[in-house]
Amino acid sequence: MNAARTTATALRVLRQLRHDPRSIALLLAVPCVMLLLLRYVFDGSPRTFNSIGASLLGIFPLITMFLVTSIATLRERTSGTLERLLAMPLAKGDLIGGYALAFGAVAVVQSALATALALWGLGLDVTGAPGLLLLIALLDALLGTALGLFVSAFATSEFQAVQFMPAVIFPQLLLCGLFAPRASMQPVLEAISYAFPMSYAVDGMTQVLTHPDVTSAFFRDTAVVIACALAVLVLGAATLRRRTP
Amino acid sequence: MMNKPSDAVTARGLSVIRGPRTVLHDLHFSVPRGQITGLLGPSGCGKSTLMRAIVGTQAKVTGTLDVLGLPAGSPPLRARIGYVTQTPSVYADLTVHQNLDYFAAILTPGRRAAARRRTDVTRAITAVDLTTHADALAKNLSGGQLNRVSLAVALLGSPEILVLDEPTVGLDPVLRRDLWTLFHDIAAQGTTILVSSHAMDEAERCHRLLLLREGTLLADETPQGILTRTRTTTVEEAFLHLVDEAATEAAAETTPKEPAR
Ligand SMILES: Nc1ncnc2c1ncn2[C@@H]1O[C@H](COP(=O)(O)OP(=O)(O)O)[C@@H](O)[C@H]1O
Ligand SMILES: [Mg+2]
Repeated sequence: MNAARTTATALRVLRQLRHDPRSIALLLAVPCVMLLLLRYVFDGSPRTFNSIGASLLGIFPLITMFLVTSIATLRERTSGTLERLLAMPLAKGDLIGGYALAFGAVAVVQSALATALALWGLGLDVTGAPGLLLLIALLDALLGTALGLFVSAFATSEFQAVQFMPAVIFPQLLLCGLFAPRASMQPVLEAISYAFPMSYAVDGMTQVLTHPDVTSAFFRDTAVVIACALAVLVLGAATLRRRTP
Repeated sequence: MMNKPSDAVTARGLSVIRGPRTVLHDLHFSVPRGQITGLLGPSGCGKSTLMRAIVGTQAKVTGTLDVLGLPAGSPPLRARIGYVTQTPSVYADLTVHQNLDYFAAILTPGRRAAARRRTDVTRAITAVDLTTHADALAKNLSGGQLNRVSLAVALLGSPEILVLDEPTVGLDPVLRRDLWTLFHDIAAQGTTILVSSHAMDEAERCHRLLLLREGTLLADETPQGILTRTRTTTVEEAFLHLVDEAATEAAAETTPKEPAR
């Protein structure tokens, strides 16, 4: 791997995004609008908004980065630029690292806006440090990028790529503890929920929500999310082949 | 066929399988350095497959295929070959300049090479005559212009071999002539060029020809040599002559049970 090639790739991805202001606006505005909606949907029960809002701060970056990355890499595969890049002296890690870096940067801005709005605009009541919320959001974005990269290898069209969103994200969303505490689920489902990285992301958010200090559970949750993101990135790298049939 | 150090590409017993079919059958040929070799044949005969094998992006390649003395696809070759895919492979949502900037940064990374990259990018854009469109988004260009952006990317870093897959398709005759002039200029500086085309009239502009049909080589010699051997006046006639010749040979090999048609 080569740091200069990785940053050049990240800059290129960001430049592509800059030519698409509508996508940028959607990326940044949609999470804020959803939080706003949620705040007034639970107008009568601010405690529900508190727990769901915090979880959503971690889930938004995962979903948006998943979608953005899977479509972007799929385009790279179908436009022939991937073949060209892999015929050039570019390591697979440079390409994947570049994507992770670029979308990670977008995720930071997205999460910062959403977190700021939730905390200071909508009165989300967080006991821990807001910086920790941001940290988890960023890790979730990396996880989403990794998952998106991975599934793009199995999609041959953008239509298929979008279909992977419900297939990969929805089960995690249902089991992550957002709708019902994981401990109250049917035991088999609860066991499955331990295998999904999103569960740990939401748990981490809850830790920050309810504890003033960094807890050991928070450490464990972030470590699991990081490990999952790295593992999926390595899997994603393995799906990039220099020689194709 | 001997493996001369002067050869840029040497193939012995080269076969490629794509999907269920063997697309290239046991090819033997060599591409000499510093010359323009034309890879000619009808659509679907395996030109792109052969080029992909040479640049190292084709899977299921068997036999021997050496490029600049190394097995095709070796990592050190990646900076020494310029490759233009048949469909332009550039980022539609970047400008011409931004596309070249990025690929130049992949070839010669690092801040210290920034000045060298800038001159290299300017040179490549000028070579394909796109200076006036340097700041246009690639998706707003015509097909021919897009082809030339793709070609400009391959010119970056002055590669020792240029592998060009049908770079002149769909271009107007003036541009086509200009590009061939460019290819000859580049070859005159010692670069090896392998250029494919399904238009036989481009043959006369090449130093050497590889005629390909249904994955087998019909000829590997100079345009004049082919014309003399087949006693024809155009490469198109020569191609037909060679196809007939191959068909007669094949018929002679199989047992003559089938009634003559
Ligand atoms: N991805 C692929 N999978 C299977 N077969 C392919 C693939 N791409 C091309 N082919 C087949 O390989 C043969 C040669 O294709 P190609 O090298 O693209 O020909 P040309 O470039 O001369 O038009 C064709 O018969 C084509 O159908
Ligand atoms: Mg072709």
